[in-house]
Amino acid sequence: MQHGKYRFIVGFLVAPLALYAIFVIWPFVQAIYYSFTDWTGLSPDFKMVGFANYTRMLHDDIFWKSLQHSLLFALLLPLVTLGLALFFAFMLNVGGRRRKGAAITGVRGSGFYKIAYFFPQVLSIAIVSLLFQFAYNPNDGVINGTLKAIGLGSVQPDWLGDPNLALWCVMAVLLWSTVGFFVVLFSAGMASIPKDFYEAALLDGASRATTFFKITLPLLWDTVQSGWVYMGILALGAEAFAAVQIMTVGPGGPDYSTTVLPLYVYQSAFRDANAAYATTIGVALLIVTLLFAAIVMRLGRRERLEF
Amino acid sequence: MKTTDTPPPVEPVEDRTQVVKEKVPPEKAKSSEGGILNAFSHGILIIWAIMVVLPLLWAVMTSFKDDDSIFSSPWSLPDKLHFDNWSRAWSQAHMSDYFGNTLIVVGFSLVGTLVLGSMAAYVLARFEFPGNRFIYFLFVGGMSFPIMLALVPLFYVLNNMSLLNTLPGLILVYIAYSLPFTVFFLTSFFRTLPTSIAEAAFVDGASHTRTFFQIMLPMAKPGLVSVGIFNFLGQWNQYMLPTVLNTDPDKKVLSQGLVELATSQGYKGDWSGLFAGLVMAMLPVLAAYIIFQRQVVQGLTAGALK
Repeated sequence: MQHGKYRFIVGFLVAPLALYAIFVIWPFVQAIYYSFTDWTGLSPDFKMVGFANYTRMLHDDIFWKSLQHSLLFALLLPLVTLGLALFFAFMLNVGGRRRKGAAITGVRGSGFYKIAYFFPQVLSIAIVSLLFQFAYNPNDGVINGTLKAIGLGSVQPDWLGDPNLALWCVMAVLLWSTVGFFVVLFSAGMASIPKDFYEAALLDGASRATTFFKITLPLLWDTVQSGWVYMGILALGAEAFAAVQIMTVGPGGPDYSTTVLPLYVYQSAFRDANAAYATTIGVALLIVTLLFAAIVMRLGRRERLEF
Repeated sequence: MKTTDTPPPVEPVEDRTQVVKEKVPPEKAKSSEGGILNAFSHGILIIWAIMVVLPLLWAVMTSFKDDDSIFSSPWSLPDKLHFDNWSRAWSQAHMSDYFGNTLIVVGFSLVGTLVLGSMAAYVLARFEFPGNRFIYFLFVGGMSFPIMLALVPLFYVLNNMSLLNTLPGLILVYIAYSLPFTVFFLTSFFRTLPTSIAEAAFVDGASHTRTFFQIMLPMAKPGLVSVGIFNFLGQWNQYMLPTVLNTDPDKKVLSQGLVELATSQGYKGDWSGLFAGLVMAMLPVLAAYIIFQRQVVQGLTAGALK
């Protein structure tokens, strides 16, 4: 096996590695370097300014707002999403009435639910955001139209136009579009839990809630944990950027009530022509993301259960 | 239920066997409580299904209505099927161009991702060499980095290479940013494949390259299908990368084109055209999902379950 091995290894690695280095690694390294300069992005001239960008960032109210919103997206949103998804998945796989033949089944029609819940996952976040932007419209939108139709004409919120509501509206959309994915993911995990465990618990008179907390959740913990990291990274990055940038006024408004870190990076670089400052915020985003992943993985560490 | 020390009354035992064998509903109180719980949770399941399906159905319905009735009676069925919305969106609103660009970009980058990703993954999974672990973690680490940070310098990197606002540039970027997950997934997949067949081929005089293309790739087909579906959906729906790196109106891909459409049709008040465009972009993916349901679900969830 030795003959020509290294030539083969190099030959196979060079193209993917070169592409990856040029378009991914190198820009990351550059970005960190630029965060210590006063580069505008428009002219090729710049000089080192030390930590000036970082000092400026720490005194920037918009940065703190973006950070706060991004943290909310990374901590609260996955909590609600995963919680709801766990509930649905449990109902669809274990929660069914005991029927003939099998002691453990999902509720009736669980196959249909699994297919339907997954729909939003295959759609672009751009399509989803546009649909909901239309639905949230305070004058002609479907939501307020429906409220009027059922006699709640006095309750006509501004939704995305209301600084107190806008962020929650965006979160609701992200929730809507991601729950289905986790339902299917957790269903796959639950299917691999041996049925005897449930049967034994039911024989001992355990309620469904008990079986969920004592059997399903511990055995599914690894999946829940990686799901949280996965969702958090999306909610800190691309998904949140797209939803906020497409749906909200400004974007990021009203009154910076929905701005998130990736959006602020984008705006600083390409709207305010302040590339160096943008990379500084980007570095903060990088630190937040890595810390988030490390903390969730660490907090969630438990003894691995073999079954 | 503890039945060890006190001599068990006969009843509960009977009850238990009944539950297991005959599925007779348990005592009255328990069943009504269970019934309420069941109705409640079933209700939530139905509500969520409605919340997911209804907006999509509503969008399809709206795309066939004229502008007036979209606002005057949002929930009523269209008076007749206004197919002109669709033709307007397809030709005048450039949906055909967006579709074409997306097909080109996703076609090339999907093939590129699978070829380059499987090559790197195969070498990393099957060969020991100094730096193997380092390269592997370099790729895998890319999954947790915020892409937005790299996009600021990348914009100028592409500009210097004259690749900014071009489809080839976008294709290369799509491939590069799809590599981390692809390499991660396929490396663990190649590790699960048996080594004996490749060794036999090698003994028979096949080169490493030939062994890879003629023996290992066909064996890795299930993994390639899963990761291919994952990348296809990710690249087809990609919004952030083209928004930053591909701003030429003629080169726009589907998702940015739709956002563009929403802005321009909003000014013109052509809402029916916008909805036709949205549905046009939505239906092919939904149809593909319903047909290849099992594979799509496997492809999208496989990574997280590893």
